[in-house]
Amino acid sequence: MEEKMVFDEPYVAHYQYSVGAVGTKFFTELRDNKKILGMRCPACHLVYFPPRATCHRCLAKLDEWVELSDEGTLITYTVVHYSEPVQPQEPPFAYGLIRLDGADTCICHFLGEVDPESINIGMRVKAVFREKGEGNMLDIRYFKPL
Amino acid sequence: MADRVAIVAVAQTKYEEARPDRRVFELAFEVAERVLEQTGLNNDDLDIRVTCSQDHLDGMGISDVPVSEVLGAQYGAEEKIASDGAMAARYAFIQILSGHYDVVLVVAQCKESKVDQNLVANLAFDPIYHRYLGLDFLSAAAMQANRYMHQHGITPEQCARVVVKSLKNAKNNPYAQRAMDISVEDILRSPVLAYPIRQLDAKPVSDGACAMILVREDRAKRLTDKPVWIKGVGSCYDAFYLGDRELADCDSLAAAAKRAYQMAGITEPLKEIDVAEISAEYSYQELLWSEGLGFCDPGEGGRLIERGVTGMDGELPLNPSGGLLSGCPTHVAGLSRIAEAVLQLRGEAGARQVPGAKTALAHGFVGPCGQLQCVMILGK
Repeated sequence: MEEKMVFDEPYVAHYQYSVGAVGTKFFTELRDNKKILGMRCPACHLVYFPPRATCHRCLAKLDEWVELSDEGTLITYTVVHYSEPVQPQEPPFAYGLIRLDGADTCICHFLGEVDPESINIGMRVKAVFREKGEGNMLDIRYFKPL
Repeated sequence: MADRVAIVAVAQTKYEEARPDRRVFELAFEVAERVLEQTGLNNDDLDIRVTCSQDHLDGMGISDVPVSEVLGAQYGAEEKIASDGAMAARYAFIQILSGHYDVVLVVAQCKESKVDQNLVANLAFDPIYHRYLGLDFLSAAAMQANRYMHQHGITPEQCARVVVKSLKNAKNNPYAQRAMDISVEDILRSPVLAYPIRQLDAKPVSDGACAMILVREDRAKRLTDKPVWIKGVGSCYDAFYLGDRELADCDSLAAAAKRAYQMAGITEPLKEIDVAEISAEYSYQELLWSEGLGFCDPGEGGRLIERGVTGMDGELPLNPSGGLLSGCPTHVAGLSRIAEAVLQLRGEAGARQVPGAKTALAHGFVGPCGQLQCVMILGK
Protein backbone atom coordinates (compact mmCIF):
# COMPACT_ATOMS: atom_id res chain seq x y z
CA MET A 1 0.00 0.00 0.00
CA GLU A 2 1.10 3.53 -0.77
CA GLU A 3 2.64 5.32 2.20
CA LYS A 4 0.46 8.08 3.78
CA MET A 5 2.66 10.30 5.93
CA VAL A 6 1.27 12.00 9.03
CA PHE A 7 2.86 14.83 11.01
CA ASP A 8 2.25 14.31 14.72
CA GLU A 9 2.16 17.28 17.09
CA PRO A 10 0.80 17.74 20.63
CA TYR A 11 -0.84 21.09 21.43
CA VAL A 12 0.93 22.60 24.42
CA ALA A 13 -0.43 25.83 25.84
CA HIS A 14 -0.95 26.78 29.46
CA TYR A 15 -3.87 29.14 30.10
CA GLN A 16 -4.52 31.36 33.12
CA TYR A 17 -8.29 31.89 33.25
CA SER A 18 -9.31 34.73 35.57
CA VAL A 19 -12.35 33.58 37.50
CA GLY A 20 -13.39 37.23 38.01
CA ALA A 21 -14.79 38.88 41.12
CA VAL A 22 -17.93 36.72 41.07
CA GLY A 23 -15.99 33.50 40.62
CA THR A 24 -13.48 34.48 43.29
CA LYS A 25 -16.24 34.93 45.90
CA PHE A 26 -17.90 31.68 44.84
CA PHE A 27 -14.74 29.59 44.92
CA THR A 28 -13.54 31.19 48.19
CA GLU A 29 -16.79 30.26 49.96
CA LEU A 30 -16.69 26.78 48.44
CA ARG A 31 -13.07 26.21 49.43
CA ASP A 32 -13.11 27.75 52.93
CA ASN A 33 -16.68 27.19 54.15
CA LYS A 34 -18.08 24.38 51.95
CA LYS A 35 -20.89 26.69 50.89
CA ILE A 36 -22.47 26.68 47.41
CA LEU A 37 -23.51 30.16 46.34
CA GLY A 38 -25.82 31.26 43.55
CA MET A 39 -27.07 34.68 42.48
CA ARG A 40 -30.60 36.07 42.26
CA CYS A 41 -31.59 38.33 39.39
CA PRO A 42 -33.20 41.56 40.70
CA ALA A 43 -35.42 41.79 37.61
CA CYS A 44 -36.65 38.23 36.83
CA HIS A 45 -35.89 36.81 40.33
CA LEU A 46 -34.36 33.60 38.95
CA VAL A 47 -31.63 32.14 41.14
CA TYR A 48 -28.67 31.13 39.02
CA PHE A 49 -26.00 28.51 39.37
CA PRO A 50 -23.21 28.96 38.38
CA PRO A 51 -23.14 32.52 39.73
CA ARG A 52 -22.51 35.18 37.11
CA ALA A 53 -22.39 38.94 36.74
CA THR A 54 -25.21 39.28 34.19
CA CYS A 55 -28.63 37.67 33.79
CA HIS A 56 -28.72 36.27 30.26
CA ARG A 57 -32.50 36.56 30.09
CA CYS A 58 -33.07 40.18 31.08
CA LEU A 59 -29.45 41.42 31.01
CA ALA A 60 -29.77 42.82 34.53
CA LYS A 61 -26.63 43.21 36.62
CA LEU A 62 -26.56 40.54 39.32
CA ASP A 63 -25.22 41.32 42.79
CA GLU A 64 -27.47 39.48 45.25
CA TRP A 65 -25.77 36.35 46.55
CA VAL A 66 -27.91 33.43 47.70
CA GLU A 67 -26.67 30.44 49.65
CA LEU A 68 -27.95 27.27 48.00
CA SER A 69 -28.63 23.99 49.73
CA ASP A 70 -26.09 21.20 49.28
CA GLU A 71 -29.06 18.97 48.47
CA GLY A 72 -31.04 18.84 45.27
CA THR A 73 -32.94 16.83 42.68
CA LEU A 74 -31.40 14.91 39.79
CA ILE A 75 -32.79 16.29 36.51
CA THR A 76 -30.84 14.00 34.17
CA TYR A 77 -27.67 11.92 34.11
CA THR A 78 -25.42 9.76 31.97
CA VAL A 79 -23.00 6.95 32.75
CA VAL A 80 -19.82 7.41 30.71
CA HIS A 81 -18.07 4.26 29.46
CA TYR A 82 -15.24 5.81 27.44
CA SER A 83 -12.02 7.35 28.60
CA GLU A 84 -10.48 10.75 27.76
CA PRO A 85 -7.38 12.35 29.29
CA VAL A 86 -9.44 15.39 30.42
CA GLN A 87 -11.81 13.29 32.53
CA PRO A 88 -10.85 13.47 36.22
CA GLN A 89 -12.45 10.06 36.87
CA GLU A 90 -11.95 6.63 35.36
CA PRO A 91 -14.93 5.15 33.50
CA PRO A 92 -17.51 4.02 34.19
CA PHE A 93 -18.56 7.20 36.02
CA ALA A 94 -21.74 9.28 36.06
CA TYR A 95 -22.44 12.94 35.32
CA GLY A 96 -25.67 14.51 36.54
CA LEU A 97 -27.55 17.77 36.17
CA ILE A 98 -28.78 18.64 39.65
CA ARG A 99 -31.22 21.37 40.63
CA LEU A 100 -30.05 22.43 44.08
CA ASP A 101 -32.77 23.43 46.51
CA GLY A 102 -33.09 27.20 46.26
CA ALA A 103 -31.77 27.43 42.68
CA ASP A 104 -33.69 27.72 39.40
CA THR A 105 -30.91 26.41 37.15
CA CYS A 106 -28.87 23.22 37.42
CA ILE A 107 -25.34 22.37 38.45
CA CYS A 108 -23.49 19.81 36.36
CA HIS A 109 -21.31 17.43 38.37
CA PHE A 110 -20.36 13.84 39.11
CA LEU A 111 -22.57 11.32 40.87
CA GLY A 112 -20.84 9.03 43.35
CA GLU A 113 -21.41 6.33 45.99
CA VAL A 114 -24.10 4.92 43.75
CA ASP A 115 -24.57 1.83 41.60
CA PRO A 116 -25.03 3.14 38.00
CA GLU A 117 -28.02 0.77 37.62
CA SER A 118 -29.86 2.39 40.53
CA ILE A 119 -29.54 6.03 39.40
CA ASN A 120 -32.88 7.49 38.43
CA ILE A 121 -34.11 10.88 37.29
CA GLY A 122 -35.88 12.69 40.11
CA MET A 123 -33.79 11.11 42.88
CA ARG A 124 -32.61 13.31 45.75
CA VAL A 125 -28.86 13.84 46.04
CA LYS A 126 -26.44 15.59 48.38
CA ALA A 127 -23.01 17.13 47.81
CA VAL A 128 -19.92 15.39 49.19
CA PHE A 129 -17.14 17.92 49.73
CA ARG A 130 -13.40 17.44 49.48
CA GLU A 131 -11.92 17.54 52.97
CA LYS A 132 -9.48 20.33 52.18
CA GLY A 133 -10.75 22.70 49.51
CA GLU A 134 -8.53 23.93 46.67
CA GLY A 135 -10.82 26.53 45.11
CA ASN A 136 -12.17 24.69 42.08
CA MET A 137 -15.25 22.68 41.11
CA LEU A 138 -13.72 19.46 42.42
CA ASP A 139 -14.02 20.86 45.98
CA ILE A 140 -17.37 19.14 45.50
CA ARG A 141 -16.21 15.55 44.92
CA TYR A 142 -19.61 14.39 43.70
CA PHE A 143 -23.28 14.18 44.64
CA LYS A 144 -24.49 11.02 46.39
CA PRO A 145 -28.03 9.69 46.81
CA LEU A 146 -29.84 10.83 49.94
CA MET B 1 -37.57 41.02 -0.03
CA ALA B 2 -36.04 43.12 -2.81
CA ASP B 3 -34.14 40.32 -4.55
CA ARG B 4 -34.17 36.57 -4.52
CA VAL B 5 -31.06 34.49 -3.94
CA ALA B 6 -30.40 31.26 -5.83
CA ILE B 7 -28.08 28.34 -5.23
CA VAL B 8 -26.76 27.52 -8.70
CA ALA B 9 -24.24 24.74 -8.02
CA VAL B 10 -23.33 22.29 -5.24
CA ALA B 11 -20.54 19.76 -4.77
CA GLN B 12 -19.52 17.31 -2.06
CA THR B 13 -16.63 14.95 -1.56
CA LYS B 14 -17.45 11.41 -0.67
CA TYR B 15 -17.37 11.34 3.13
CA GLU B 16 -14.75 8.98 4.48
CA GLU B 17 -13.39 7.83 7.81
CA ALA B 18 -10.04 9.40 6.93
CA ARG B 19 -8.52 11.14 3.91
CA PRO B 20 -4.76 10.83 4.48
CA ASP B 21 -4.25 11.64 0.79
CA ARG B 22 -5.52 15.22 1.21
CA ARG B 23 -4.78 18.14 3.51
CA VAL B 24 -7.91 19.92 4.69
CA PHE B 25 -7.55 22.87 2.29
CA GLU B 26 -7.04 20.41 -0.58
CA LEU B 27 -10.48 18.98 0.21
CA ALA B 28 -11.86 22.54 0.00
CA PHE B 29 -10.19 23.06 -3.37
CA GLU B 30 -11.60 19.78 -4.69
CA VAL B 31 -15.23 20.87 -4.17
CA ALA B 32 -14.71 24.55 -5.07
CA GLU B 33 -13.22 23.56 -8.42
CA ARG B 34 -16.28 21.45 -9.18
CA VAL B 35 -18.85 24.22 -8.51
CA LEU B 36 -16.85 26.63 -10.67
CA GLU B 37 -16.81 24.03 -13.46
CA GLN B 38 -20.57 23.46 -13.15
CA THR B 39 -21.33 27.17 -13.60
CA GLY B 40 -18.53 28.16 -15.96
CA LEU B 41 -17.57 30.88 -13.49
CA ASN B 42 -13.93 31.61 -12.83
CA ASN B 43 -12.20 33.04 -9.80
CA ASP B 44 -12.53 36.65 -10.98
CA ASP B 45 -16.31 36.28 -11.03
CA LEU B 46 -16.46 35.61 -7.28
CA ASP B 47 -17.23 38.69 -5.18
CA ILE B 48 -16.32 36.94 -1.93
CA ARG B 49 -15.77 33.49 -0.47
CA VAL B 50 -17.35 32.34 2.80
CA THR B 51 -15.58 29.42 4.44
CA CYS B 52 -16.63 27.38 7.45
CA SER B 53 -14.28 25.67 9.90
CA GLN B 54 -13.05 25.88 13.47
CA ASP B 55 -9.54 26.68 14.69
CA HIS B 56 -9.26 24.05 17.45
CA LEU B 57 -10.47 21.35 15.10
CA ASP B 58 -8.03 22.43 12.40
CA GLY B 59 -5.21 22.67 14.94
CA MET B 60 -4.17 26.18 13.90
CA GLY B 61 -5.14 29.78 14.56
CA ILE B 62 -6.96 31.71 11.81
CA SER B 63 -7.23 28.36 10.07
CA ASP B 64 -9.12 29.75 7.06
CA VAL B 65 -6.03 31.43 5.62
CA PRO B 66 -4.55 28.41 3.83
CA VAL B 67 -8.09 27.51 2.72
CA SER B 68 -8.93 30.95 1.36
CA GLU B 69 -5.66 30.99 -0.59
CA VAL B 70 -6.61 27.93 -2.64
CA LEU B 71 -10.06 29.46 -3.15
CA GLY B 72 -8.48 32.42 -4.90
CA ALA B 73 -8.76 34.94 -2.07
CA GLN B 74 -5.28 36.41 -2.38
CA TYR B 75 -5.97 40.05 -3.32
CA GLY B 76 -9.62 39.12 -2.96
CA ALA B 77 -12.14 38.71 -0.16
CA GLU B 78 -12.92 35.83 2.20
CA GLU B 79 -14.71 35.55 5.52
CA LYS B 80 -14.86 32.60 7.89
CA ILE B 81 -17.85 31.36 9.84
CA ALA B 82 -16.66 29.33 12.84
CA SER B 83 -20.02 27.62 13.18
CA ASP B 84 -22.15 25.15 11.26
CA GLY B 85 -22.09 25.21 7.45
CA ALA B 86 -25.78 26.16 7.31
CA MET B 87 -24.82 29.37 9.11
CA ALA B 88 -22.19 30.01 6.42
CA ALA B 89 -24.83 29.66 3.68
CA ARG B 90 -27.17 31.91 5.68
CA TYR B 91 -24.40 34.51 5.89
CA ALA B 92 -23.77 34.37 2.12
CA PHE B 93 -27.54 34.77 1.55
CA ILE B 94 -27.55 37.92 3.70
CA GLN B 95 -24.45 39.26 1.96
CA ILE B 96 -26.24 39.04 -1.40
CA LEU B 97 -29.44 40.58 0.01
CA SER B 98 -27.31 43.49 1.27
CA GLY B 99 -26.75 44.46 -2.37
CA HIS B 100 -22.97 44.52 -2.03
CA TYR B 101 -22.27 41.12 -3.56
CA ASP B 102 -23.77 39.20 -6.49
CA VAL B 103 -21.79 35.94 -6.54
CA VAL B 104 -20.59 34.16 -3.38
CA LEU B 105 -18.72 30.86 -3.04
CA VAL B 106 -19.41 28.96 0.19
CA VAL B 107 -17.11 26.13 1.28
CA ALA B 108 -17.00 24.01 4.44
CA GLN B 109 -14.20 21.52 4.99
CA CYS B 110 -13.19 19.39 7.94
CA LYS B 111 -10.98 16.46 8.83
CA GLU B 112 -12.31 14.99 12.05
CA SER B 113 -9.75 12.21 11.73
CA LYS B 114 -7.08 14.76 12.66
CA VAL B 115 -7.74 14.88 16.39
CA ASP B 116 -9.80 13.33 19.22
CA GLN B 117 -13.19 15.03 18.73
CA ASN B 118 -14.09 14.77 22.42
CA LEU B 119 -11.02 16.79 23.42
CA VAL B 120 -11.89 19.55 20.93
CA ALA B 121 -15.50 19.55 22.15
CA ASN B 122 -14.29 19.80 25.76
CA LEU B 123 -12.79 23.20 24.85
CA ALA B 124 -16.27 24.54 24.04
CA PHE B 125 -17.27 24.38 27.71
CA ASP B 126 -16.73 27.04 30.35
CA PRO B 127 -13.21 26.40 31.66
CA ILE B 128 -13.88 26.98 35.36
CA TYR B 129 -17.35 25.51 35.91
CA HIS B 130 -17.74 22.77 33.31
CA ARG B 131 -14.65 21.95 31.25
CA TYR B 132 -12.89 20.92 34.43
CA LEU B 133 -15.30 18.01 34.77
CA GLY B 134 -14.18 16.56 31.42
CA LEU B 135 -17.49 17.14 29.62
CA ASP B 136 -17.70 16.84 25.85
CA PHE B 137 -20.52 16.90 23.28
CA LEU B 138 -21.11 13.15 23.59
CA SER B 139 -21.55 13.11 27.37
CA ALA B 140 -23.68 16.29 27.14
CA ALA B 141 -25.83 14.73 24.40
CA ALA B 142 -26.26 11.62 26.54
CA MET B 143 -27.72 13.76 29.34
CA GLN B 144 -30.06 15.41 26.83
CA ALA B 145 -31.09 12.03 25.40
CA ASN B 146 -31.82 10.66 28.87
CA ARG B 147 -33.86 13.73 29.85
CA TYR B 148 -35.80 13.72 26.55
CA MET B 149 -36.52 9.98 26.68
CA HIS B 150 -37.56 10.19 30.34
CA GLN B 151 -39.86 13.20 29.89
CA HIS B 152 -41.67 11.87 26.85
CA GLY B 153 -41.41 8.09 27.16
CA ILE B 154 -39.21 7.81 24.07
CA THR B 155 -37.79 4.27 23.84
CA PRO B 156 -34.31 3.05 22.80
CA GLU B 157 -36.09 1.09 20.03
CA GLN B 158 -37.58 4.30 18.60
CA CYS B 159 -34.12 5.92 18.59
CA ALA B 160 -32.63 2.80 16.97
CA ARG B 161 -35.22 3.02 14.18
CA VAL B 162 -33.60 6.35 13.19
CA VAL B 163 -30.30 4.54 12.63
CA VAL B 164 -31.95 1.71 10.70
CA LYS B 165 -33.68 4.22 8.39
CA SER B 166 -30.60 6.42 7.97
CA LEU B 167 -28.17 3.65 7.11
CA LYS B 168 -30.68 2.05 4.74
CA ASN B 169 -31.26 5.39 2.97
CA ALA B 170 -27.50 5.89 2.78
CA LYS B 171 -27.23 2.87 0.47
CA ASN B 172 -28.67 5.17 -2.21
CA ASN B 173 -26.19 7.98 -1.52
CA PRO B 174 -22.84 7.75 -3.34
CA TYR B 175 -21.33 10.31 -0.92
CA ALA B 176 -22.20 8.29 2.21
CA GLN B 177 -19.42 6.83 4.32
CA ARG B 178 -21.54 4.24 6.16
CA ALA B 179 -24.49 2.43 4.57
CA MET B 180 -26.00 -0.93 5.44
CA ASP B 181 -29.03 -2.98 6.29
CA ILE B 182 -29.01 -3.20 10.04
CA SER B 183 -31.60 -4.20 12.63
CA VAL B 184 -32.88 -2.45 15.74
CA GLU B 185 -31.42 -5.37 17.71
CA ASP B 186 -27.96 -4.78 16.19
CA ILE B 187 -28.03 -1.20 17.42
CA LEU B 188 -29.29 -2.13 20.89
CA ARG B 189 -26.47 -4.71 21.13
CA SER B 190 -23.70 -2.22 20.26
CA PRO B 191 -21.56 -1.06 23.21
CA VAL B 192 -22.79 1.83 25.37
CA LEU B 193 -20.67 4.96 24.93
CA ALA B 194 -22.53 7.17 27.39
CA TYR B 195 -25.89 5.87 28.62
CA PRO B 196 -28.34 5.86 26.83
CA ILE B 197 -26.24 6.50 23.68
CA ARG B 198 -24.70 3.42 22.07
CA GLN B 199 -21.94 3.25 19.49
CA LEU B 200 -24.35 2.80 16.57
CA ASP B 201 -26.56 5.67 17.83
CA ALA B 202 -23.66 8.05 17.09
CA LYS B 203 -22.29 9.45 13.88
CA PRO B 204 -18.88 8.14 12.79
CA VAL B 205 -15.67 10.17 12.60
CA SER B 206 -15.59 11.65 9.11
CA ASP B 207 -13.52 13.71 6.67
CA GLY B 208 -14.91 15.69 3.76
CA ALA B 209 -15.96 18.99 2.22
CA CYS B 210 -18.94 20.68 0.58
CA ALA B 211 -19.20 23.77 -1.62
CA MET B 212 -21.93 25.82 -3.28
CA ILE B 213 -22.36 29.03 -5.23
CA LEU B 214 -25.06 31.54 -4.27
CA VAL B 215 -26.01 34.36 -6.65
CA ARG B 216 -28.45 37.24 -6.95
CA GLU B 217 -31.59 36.48 -8.97
CA ASP B 218 -30.55 38.30 -12.15
CA ARG B 219 -27.35 36.26 -12.39
CA ALA B 220 -28.96 32.86 -11.84
CA LYS B 221 -30.51 32.18 -15.27
CA ARG B 222 -27.22 32.47 -17.12
CA LEU B 223 -25.50 30.03 -14.75
CA THR B 224 -28.03 27.20 -14.54
CA ASP B 225 -31.41 26.16 -15.88
CA LYS B 226 -32.27 24.70 -12.48
CA PRO B 227 -31.78 27.41 -9.85
CA VAL B 228 -32.88 26.58 -6.30
CA TRP B 229 -34.21 29.55 -4.32
CA ILE B 230 -33.65 30.30 -0.67
CA LYS B 231 -37.18 30.98 0.55
CA GLY B 232 -36.50 31.50 4.21
CA VAL B 233 -33.88 31.13 6.91
CA GLY B 234 -33.82 31.42 10.68
CA SER B 235 -31.32 30.82 13.43
CA CYS B 236 -31.42 30.88 17.21
CA TYR B 237 -29.07 30.35 20.16
CA ASP B 238 -29.83 28.59 23.40
CA ALA B 239 -28.13 29.30 26.75
CA PHE B 240 -24.40 28.70 27.27
CA TYR B 241 -24.70 26.63 30.46
CA LEU B 242 -26.39 23.26 30.03
CA GLY B 243 -28.00 23.66 33.45
CA ASP B 244 -29.81 26.81 32.29
CA ARG B 245 -31.65 24.88 29.59
CA GLU B 246 -34.58 22.46 29.55
CA LEU B 247 -32.83 19.76 27.57
CA ALA B 248 -36.01 17.79 26.78
CA ASP B 249 -37.33 20.68 24.72
CA CYS B 250 -35.58 22.40 21.86
CA ASP B 251 -36.90 25.92 22.13
CA SER B 252 -34.02 27.39 20.12
CA LEU B 253 -34.78 25.10 17.17
CA ALA B 254 -38.49 25.91 17.39
CA ALA B 255 -37.61 29.63 17.30
CA ALA B 256 -35.21 29.20 14.36
CA ALA B 257 -37.86 27.19 12.47
CA LYS B 258 -40.56 29.76 13.20
CA ARG B 259 -38.40 32.51 11.68
CA ALA B 260 -37.62 30.42 8.58
CA TYR B 261 -41.28 29.38 8.15
CA GLN B 262 -42.49 32.97 8.49
CA MET B 263 -40.06 34.17 5.84
CA ALA B 264 -41.04 31.33 3.50
CA GLY B 265 -44.77 31.61 4.22
CA ILE B 266 -45.03 28.08 5.61
CA THR B 267 -47.82 27.42 8.11
CA GLU B 268 -48.09 23.61 8.04
CA PRO B 269 -44.53 22.27 7.75
CA LEU B 270 -45.45 18.57 7.57
CA LYS B 271 -47.82 19.18 4.66
CA GLU B 272 -45.92 21.90 2.81
CA ILE B 273 -42.39 20.49 2.97
CA ASP B 274 -41.68 17.61 0.57
CA VAL B 275 -38.28 16.51 1.85
CA ALA B 276 -36.07 17.45 4.80
CA GLU B 277 -32.35 16.99 5.43
CA ILE B 278 -31.56 17.56 9.09
CA SER B 279 -28.41 17.30 11.20
CA ALA B 280 -28.59 14.56 13.85
CA GLU B 281 -25.27 13.44 15.31
CA TYR B 282 -27.08 10.99 17.59
CA SER B 283 -30.23 9.01 16.86
CA TYR B 284 -32.40 10.69 19.54
CA GLN B 285 -31.70 14.07 17.91
CA GLU B 286 -33.69 13.24 14.78
CA LEU B 287 -36.75 12.62 16.97
CA LEU B 288 -36.24 15.68 19.18
CA TRP B 289 -35.42 17.96 16.26
CA SER B 290 -38.54 16.69 14.42
CA GLU B 291 -40.53 18.08 17.33
CA GLY B 292 -38.63 21.39 17.28
CA LEU B 293 -39.23 21.72 13.55
CA GLY B 294 -42.96 21.24 14.09
CA PHE B 295 -43.22 17.96 12.13
CA CYS B 296 -45.10 16.60 15.16
CA ASP B 297 -46.17 17.73 18.63
CA PRO B 298 -43.68 17.78 21.53
CA GLY B 299 -43.09 14.23 22.75
CA GLU B 300 -44.42 12.66 19.52
CA GLY B 301 -41.01 12.21 17.81
CA GLY B 302 -40.91 8.48 18.62
CA ARG B 303 -44.36 7.81 17.20
CA LEU B 304 -43.51 9.90 14.11
CA ILE B 305 -40.84 7.43 13.02
CA GLU B 306 -42.87 4.39 14.12
CA ARG B 307 -45.72 5.50 11.86
CA GLY B 308 -43.31 5.70 8.93
CA VAL B 309 -44.06 9.39 8.32
CA THR B 310 -40.36 10.16 7.84
CA GLY B 311 -39.48 7.09 5.75
CA MET B 312 -38.76 7.28 2.01
CA ASP B 313 -42.41 6.41 1.26
CA GLY B 314 -43.79 8.57 4.07
CA GLU B 315 -45.45 11.96 4.06
CA LEU B 316 -42.14 13.73 4.76
CA PRO B 317 -38.99 11.75 3.90
CA LEU B 318 -36.35 12.77 6.40
CA ASN B 319 -32.69 12.40 5.45
CA PRO B 320 -32.90 10.43 2.19
CA SER B 321 -29.10 10.86 2.14
CA GLY B 322 -28.67 8.99 5.41
CA GLY B 323 -27.79 12.22 7.19
CA LEU B 324 -24.92 12.60 9.62
CA LEU B 325 -25.33 9.05 10.93
CA SER B 326 -24.09 7.85 7.54
CA GLY B 327 -21.00 10.06 7.92
CA CYS B 328 -20.39 13.78 7.51
CA PRO B 329 -18.00 15.95 9.51
CA THR B 330 -19.11 18.67 11.91
CA HIS B 331 -19.16 22.19 10.33
CA VAL B 332 -19.64 20.59 6.90
CA ALA B 333 -22.86 18.98 8.21
CA GLY B 334 -25.39 21.79 7.68
CA LEU B 335 -23.95 22.83 4.31
CA SER B 336 -24.09 19.21 3.15
CA ARG B 337 -27.76 19.09 4.24
CA ILE B 338 -28.45 22.15 2.05
CA ALA B 339 -26.53 20.57 -0.85
CA GLU B 340 -28.65 17.42 -0.54
CA ALA B 341 -31.83 19.53 -0.46
CA VAL B 342 -30.66 21.30 -3.63
CA LEU B 343 -30.07 17.96 -5.39
CA GLN B 344 -33.59 16.88 -4.39
CA LEU B 345 -35.17 20.05 -5.80
CA ARG B 346 -33.16 19.80 -9.01
CA GLY B 347 -34.29 16.19 -9.43
CA GLU B 348 -30.66 15.10 -9.37
CA ALA B 349 -30.69 12.98 -6.21
CA GLY B 350 -30.44 9.68 -8.09
CA ALA B 351 -31.70 6.62 -6.22
CA ARG B 352 -32.47 8.73 -3.12
CA GLN B 353 -34.70 11.16 -5.08
CA VAL B 354 -38.06 12.06 -3.53
CA PRO B 355 -40.29 12.26 -6.60
CA GLY B 356 -41.58 15.73 -7.44
CA ALA B 357 -39.98 17.51 -4.47
CA LYS B 358 -40.75 21.24 -4.73
CA THR B 359 -40.06 22.51 -1.21
CA ALA B 360 -37.22 21.31 1.00
CA LEU B 361 -35.95 22.00 4.49
CA ALA B 362 -32.28 21.88 5.52
CA HIS B 363 -31.03 22.15 9.08
CA GLY B 364 -27.72 22.52 10.87
CA PHE B 365 -26.59 23.07 14.43
CA VAL B 366 -23.44 23.56 16.42
CA GLY B 367 -22.54 23.25 20.09
CA PRO B 368 -23.54 20.88 22.87
CA CYS B 369 -27.15 19.61 22.77
CA GLY B 370 -28.02 21.76 19.75
CA GLN B 371 -26.99 25.11 21.17
CA LEU B 372 -27.13 27.13 17.93
CA GLN B 373 -29.78 26.04 15.46
CA CYS B 374 -30.23 27.08 11.83
CA VAL B 375 -33.14 26.23 9.51
CA MET B 376 -33.34 26.98 5.79
CA ILE B 377 -36.31 26.54 3.43
CA LEU B 378 -35.51 26.01 -0.25
CA GLY B 379 -37.77 25.90 -3.27
CA LYS B 380 -37.77 25.38 -7.01
